[in-house]
Amino acid sequence: MLRSLLSDDLPRSRWLAVALLAILIGLAVAPFLFPGAKSLNVAAKICVFIVLAASFDLLLGYTGIVSFAHTMFFGIGAYGVAIALTRLGPGWDAVAVGVVAGLIVAIVLATLIGLFSLRVRTIFFAMITLAVASAFAILASQLSDLTGGEDGLNYRLPSVLRASFSLADGTLFGVRLNGRLLDYYLVYFAALALVLVLLRIVNSPFGSVLMAIRENPFRAEAIGYRTVVYRTIASCIAAATAALAGALLALWSSQTNPDTTLSFDIMVDILLMVVIGGMGTMYGAVVGAVLLVFAQNYLQDLLAIANKALAGVPLLANLFHPDRWLLWLGVAFILCVYFFPTGIVGRLRQKR
Amino acid sequence: MKRDWIPWLLIPVLAIAALPLIGSPASWVTLTVAGLAMGLMIFVMASGLTLTFGLMDVLNFGHGAFIAVGAFVAASVMLAMAPWMTADSIWLNLAAIVPAVLAAMVVSGVLGLGFERVIVRPVYGQHLKQILVTTGGLIVAEQLLKVIWGPDQITLSRPTALRGAFLLGDVAIEKYRVLAVVVGLAVFAALALTLNRTRLGLLIRAGVENGEMVEALGYRIRRLFVGVFVVGSALAGLGGAMWGLYQETVTAAIGAQVAVLVFIVIIIGGLGSVGGCFVGALLVGLTANYIGFLAPKVALGSNILLMALVLLWRPQGLYPVAKR
Repeated sequence: MLRSLLSDDLPRSRWLAVALLAILIGLAVAPFLFPGAKSLNVAAKICVFIVLAASFDLLLGYTGIVSFAHTMFFGIGAYGVAIALTRLGPGWDAVAVGVVAGLIVAIVLATLIGLFSLRVRTIFFAMITLAVASAFAILASQLSDLTGGEDGLNYRLPSVLRASFSLADGTLFGVRLNGRLLDYYLVYFAALALVLVLLRIVNSPFGSVLMAIRENPFRAEAIGYRTVVYRTIASCIAAATAALAGALLALWSSQTNPDTTLSFDIMVDILLMVVIGGMGTMYGAVVGAVLLVFAQNYLQDLLAIANKALAGVPLLANLFHPDRWLLWLGVAFILCVYFFPTGIVGRLRQKR
Repeated sequence: MKRDWIPWLLIPVLAIAALPLIGSPASWVTLTVAGLAMGLMIFVMASGLTLTFGLMDVLNFGHGAFIAVGAFVAASVMLAMAPWMTADSIWLNLAAIVPAVLAAMVVSGVLGLGFERVIVRPVYGQHLKQILVTTGGLIVAEQLLKVIWGPDQITLSRPTALRGAFLLGDVAIEKYRVLAVVVGLAVFAALALTLNRTRLGLLIRAGVENGEMVEALGYRIRRLFVGVFVVGSALAGLGGAMWGLYQETVTAAIGAQVAVLVFIVIIIGGLGSVGGCFVGALLVGLTANYIGFLAPKVALGSNILLMALVLLWRPQGLYPVAKR
């Protein structure tokens, strides 16, 4: 049962298994264990980013191609739902329309970019996606009639998902059973399902071909696999999953703006998640996403303490300014690429 | 081998095709000069990147960091020399600008040397890691810039002599753009002369064509590469300083922003080709300005559109480098 659920890709390391279980259970009971708006927000964000990072890992870790346009697809999914909810009003039909429209746009764009640039080399694809993504981000903030420009969109969620909706009277373990709780579990289970689907994909024969292409594209082509086609399909799957992650974010936060969905900062976050967690394993993306969202929200507090301790020293204090958390993760990222190319998960599996 | 002039012809063709669309010759001249100035600034920044790629197959995604550093260093020097910048004499203005630009180039160059040693060298020949590590370098560099210069943007005003415009009849040409064109052309001429007329240039071109052969003949291509990398970084610093003066503001994100244009240009030009990079930069600069005037809404996509068109015509860029 468990084996088939995980597509025969077990953690293969005691500590990794413990960590994954902790994440699974921790996120499942988060609303009750850590009540409060901020921690629930962090938990939901972790779920969304796990999916996003896992879908990026399909490209980076399994297929060996670097795309800088992953946030674009994330944004397309988020804006799809956001625009539909703004235009059609808060209903499930609007959500469905938004999700489907976002998926279609994402897949079409991914196919176009893929066919255009995947026949050449990794570096070409990386540069072209970077260019397209930055143009798209500017476009989104420019088309303010549709997207709300820089401010983004604020919209109402379907009534079942709002805080005012009450599931049952009274409380469970001191937590009110309202629409937000329902919304959180929607995000949680959707994320869980998507990760399992991705796990299924990478452990299928199709996934093996992707890994063959990563290891030696020339040889894969020689054996008879059309590498362009496989790479394009992989980037379409990744784009579609990223769009779904975006839709989940839009359904959670009831506002969508360029900063939270399209900016290059998010792209950098995803890169860090996948590389630090471990490329080429879905579990790496999961671990990395949890770590990074935690760091984003709590490393700042740690840095603030260090900053205070160094208040007198001019440059050093700036180095530990709470806003400079990305500096430290960036250094960790570079060290990871050099010394632990398989990331945290790879390390854990080695030790076993 | 016959020289391939068609891509060069695209520049005048594009400019002439735009004339009837724009209508008034006066604004056409203004836009063309603006486009050339922008294109040449991008060329200055992009030339080093395309050469390092051609020579060692290394694409530095952190190139934007050198651009940003150049802009910041130049801005600091110029702000420190504020009295000379606002003086009425063109010589005093130049006395402030020249050291600022030189400082930008030196700091970027030295940084390039360190970047090559620490970030790039351990990952030769591994594209995926190169992209990842150099992107990491960009992230760290951008954060360090914020540590040193603070997170806020720096406002930088042009010196007195470079403000305003020359008026020829009803044609207005901004003075700074003329300077940018002159500097850009000088850099292109210097690069072209070095590459085509000197022994060093011969070795670099040979290295781009076939590095192994050059090594087999007893030349150390690694040393050449480090030299090219440093010069490329210094040029990026120069371009960053010019771009900062052009925009009159400097932010830590400037590197990443301009780097996108730089990438588009070197893709259009053909990775590794300086001539292609020059043509690509001018095409991008001109298109951006013409389209920005004709249809501001589409302007953002114009670069991407240009890139797509060029790649449909020549999938490897305007001047594909032989072996790749």
